[in-house]
Amino acid sequence: MAIEVRIPTILRTYTAGEKAVNGDGGTLAALIDDLESNHAGIKDRLIDNGDLRRFVNIYVNDEDVRFLGGLEAELKDGDQVVVLPAVAGGAR
Amino acid sequence: MLTISRATYDAIVAHAKRDHPDEACGIVAGPEGSDRPERLIEMVNAAGSPTFYEFDSTDLLHLYKEMDARDEEPVVVYHSHTATEAYPSVTDVKLAGEPNAHYVLVSTREHGNADGPVEFRSFRIVDGEITEEEISVVAALSPVG
Repeated sequence: MAIEVRIPTILRTYTAGEKAVNGDGGTLAALIDDLESNHAGIKDRLIDNGDLRRFVNIYVNDEDVRFLGGLEAELKDGDQVVVLPAVAGGAR
Repeated sequence: MLTISRATYDAIVAHAKRDHPDEACGIVAGPEGSDRPERLIEMVNAAGSPTFYEFDSTDLLHLYKEMDARDEEPVVVYHSHTATEAYPSVTDVKLAGEPNAHYVLVSTREHGNADGPVEFRSFRIVDGEITEEEISVVAALSPVG
């Protein structure tokens, strides 16, 4: 079973510079745990207090996981997962 | 140093003035590793706010997939401050997710939607550290190679 995960520039320090890595898991939470086992530290950049970080976007097959159940989003072999930091900020 | 064409500079300023008093945002993409801000993409501020900006998550995915297909990266990430100086806020620093980009800040606080000069500054934001850099506005980017 393999799910391709696209890694943004800012998190490639955890993947030895790789733009994409393979992982597996039946849910997004399981996939992130699997990534953590090979790329220690990455989980903390995606999850805060047991939930997805507000300013990290994760997509499964081009759909924002917030609309797919968040960490409970179901995954299957061949899915493509994309991680993108939000582009956000402002004077506030 | 940020080297940017006059046309791109003017387009960023025009976008900031048009969207005032809300914050305007966008990127200038260029070939990976080139440090050439070639292709301006105005983004919608999904927050629609005078004190916050955020790219819509669907727009963000489309933008990054398009850049990926073209072997581009975000060379400049710009946004405006509409009531405060053109300097990265605590929020800007906390959320800066492109360590290779030039973060351009424009302030429209003085003239708003009207003609008149704006503050236009450029920064690197890496690991929470802000470094201001010089800006060179050129008639056109020099030919590649």
